Amino acid sequence: MSDAALAHEAHEEHPTSTGLNHRKILMWAFLGSECIFFGSLITTYLVYRGKSIVGPYPDEILNIPLTSISTFVLLMSSLAMVLALAGFERAAGAGADEERRKSELKKGRFWLLMTAVLGTGFLGFQVYEFYEFVHHGLGLTTNLFGTTFYVLTGFHGTHVGVGVVWLVSLLVLSYFGKVKPLDVELGGLYWHFVDIVWIIIFTLIYLIPS
Amino acid sequence: MSTEAAHNDEAHATTGHYVRIAIVLTVLTILEVATYYVNIPFAVLVPLLLVLAGMKFGLVVAYYMHLRYDSKLFSGFFFFGLTIEILLLIALMVLFGIRSG
Repeated sequence: MSDAALAHEAHEEHPTSTGLNHRKILMWAFLGSECIFFGSLITTYLVYRGKSIVGPYPDEILNIPLTSISTFVLLMSSLAMVLALAGFERAAGAGADEERRKSELKKGRFWLLMTAVLGTGFLGFQVYEFYEFVHHGLGLTTNLFGTTFYVLTGFHGTHVGVGVVWLVSLLVLSYFGKVKPLDVELGGLYWHFVDIVWIIIFTLIYLIPS
Repeated sequence: MSTEAAHNDEAHATTGHYVRIAIVLTVLTILEVATYYVNIPFAVLVPLLLVLAGMKFGLVVAYYMHLRYDSKLFSGFFFFGLTIEILLLIALMVLFGIRSG
C-alpha cells in the first residue's frame, strides 16, 4: 500500500451505531478492567502493609532517590508517546504535501523510539531494584511485604515490557506503511495507563511511610 | 462526540501544550519527593500526597489520554472500573482494619 493511500485510509472509518470506533471502545473497556486488576493488587498491598513479622522492612530497603529518577523517566515517556501520536496524526493529515507528511512521520517515529527507549530504561531501573532487594535478603516469600511488593511491581513491570514490545512493533510496521494514527493512539492509551498506575504505586508504596 | 470531532479538538493541543503539561507533572513529582525529606505530620502527609498523585493522574488521563476531548462513553468505561476498585479498596481496608483493630 502506498503512503498516500495509507494517509487516505487513516481518515476512513466504518460507520458504527455509536459513531465511535469499536477498537477504541474495546481499549477503554480493557483499561477499565485493568483498573480493577491493578486496584486489587494495590488493595492487597495496603491491607498487608506493616504486617510483616520478619524483615527486611520497606523503610530499610526502599531507595527513594533511585525510584524518583525511574518515575521521572516513565513520566517523560508519556510525553514522548503523545508527541509520537501527534506526529502520526499530522502526517496523516498532511494530504498531498508529501514533504510535510514525511517530515511529520519521521518525527512520529523518533518519538515512538524515544518512548520505547525510556520504557526500557524504566525496566532497567526496576531490574536493578529487584536485584538489590534480593541481595538484601528480600525474596518473594520472605515476608508479606516481599510477596505483595514483588507481585504488584512485577505485574506493572510486565505491563511496561508488553508496552515496549507493542511500541517497537508499531515502529517496525510503520516502515512498511501498515500503521495508522489509530494504531498509535491505542498503543498510547495503554502506555499512558501504565504510567498512571505507576503514579499511584509510587505514592502508596514508596512515599507514604508504613 | 464522534472520533472525527474528537480529533478536530485534539488538533488544538500543540507540542508546546504537551510540554507544559510535562513540566507541571515534573514539578508535582518534585513536590512529592520533597515531602519524603521534610518532616510533615502523617495526618497531613497522606492527604497531601494523595492530592498530588490525583493531580498527576488527572492531567495524564485528561490531556495525554485525551479523555477531556473524547467521548463520554470512554470516560464511562474507565471510571466505572476505577469506581469499583476504589469501593473495593475502601471496603477491604475497613474490613481488615476492624479485624486487626
